[in-house]
Amino acid sequence: MKFSVMVNEGPYTHQASDTAYHFIRAALDAGHEIFRVFFYHDGVNNGTRMTTPPQDDRHIVNRWSELGEAHDLDLVVCVAAAQRRGIADADEAKRNGKDGDNIAPGFRISGLGQLIEAGIQSDRLLVFGD
Amino acid sequence: MSQTRKFMYINRHAPYGTVYALEGLEVVLIGAAFEQDVCMAFIGDGVFQLKQGQDTTDSGMKNFSPAYRALGDYEVNRLYVERESLEERGLTEADLMPLTWEDEEDDWAEKPSIQLVSRAQLSGLLEEQDVIFNF
Amino acid sequence: MLHTVNKSPFDSQSLKTCLGLARSGSDILLIEDGVYGALVGTAHAAMLDQALKEVSIYALGPDLKARGLPEDRLIRGIKVVGFDGFVELASANDKVQSWL
Repeated sequence: MKFSVMVNEGPYTHQASDTAYHFIRAALDAGHEIFRVFFYHDGVNNGTRMTTPPQDDRHIVNRWSELGEAHDLDLVVCVAAAQRRGIADADEAKRNGKDGDNIAPGFRISGLGQLIEAGIQSDRLLVFGD
Repeated sequence: MSQTRKFMYINRHAPYGTVYALEGLEVVLIGAAFEQDVCMAFIGDGVFQLKQGQDTTDSGMKNFSPAYRALGDYEVNRLYVERESLEERGLTEADLMPLTWEDEEDDWAEKPSIQLVSRAQLSGLLEEQDVIFNF
Repeated sequence: MLHTVNKSPFDSQSLKTCLGLARSGSDILLIEDGVYGALVGTAHAAMLDQALKEVSIYALGPDLKARGLPEDRLIRGIKVVGFDGFVELASANDKVQSWL
């Protein structure tokens, strides 16, 4: 079965990103396909490589990047939500005249159409948020 | 992507206090380009999104309430408002923005987009959907 | 249809809204702070007892455990599932609605 997942809250403040992560791992373990993970609202903050949690805590951002690499996941950060919250890749940073980018490995920035497409293409869409 | 799916956008947050209503509306407006079978539902504090007379002049927030008036032009013309939620909040339909759409198949007659539905009706509408977003 | 609720009923209307709109035969999964709704002997227990006559209610085990809530403190009839069970519920139902 083809799943897509929407993550609407940032890391650490709310459990949504953790729940989404564990759900996706369990879905992959059960042999399902993950069509796309779409990060929206404060969820875009899951995609900044500047995150530096204390060593005794989970590294939520790296965990997404590693899972993405291991399973070739499409981790999409919404461009409009990202611009509001200061998440940028090299192209976005250049376009908006910023002095640096901060997107984490394995994430890409794209439009809301990617979310709608996920809703059309997937058998199930799950929303995790506040 | 030829198949048409039934999308419902459920709105349960009041505007301004959090960003969910504004960014939820952005999804609906972008999603309209995909020509799916789209409707919106307003439940709980979500009904406050449609309140008439929003004026953010003194709060410095972005007043996005005019954007709801554009929904009809995007063929998003079924806005279900849960009657119980409205009544619990001391509101009537007259408190809501008069949102309309023009029916191409009826000589462009102007028709209301907002439909008051009971909780039981809304429950049935939920079951009919293929994809549900919650904002 | 699968409904998920991630809010404590002591702080949010989400569980009440969900139960008010869920059709008979629905599956409801309590996750994150939603698992507090599964506790026996609370101000909301009667609402869940009533709901259990028409819907199936599940609670996510890892979230119960994290919050120090043992299974013997849950309302009778509520089933505990892991993330594998969450995936199974999401597959078995035709769609998922998250009452955030």
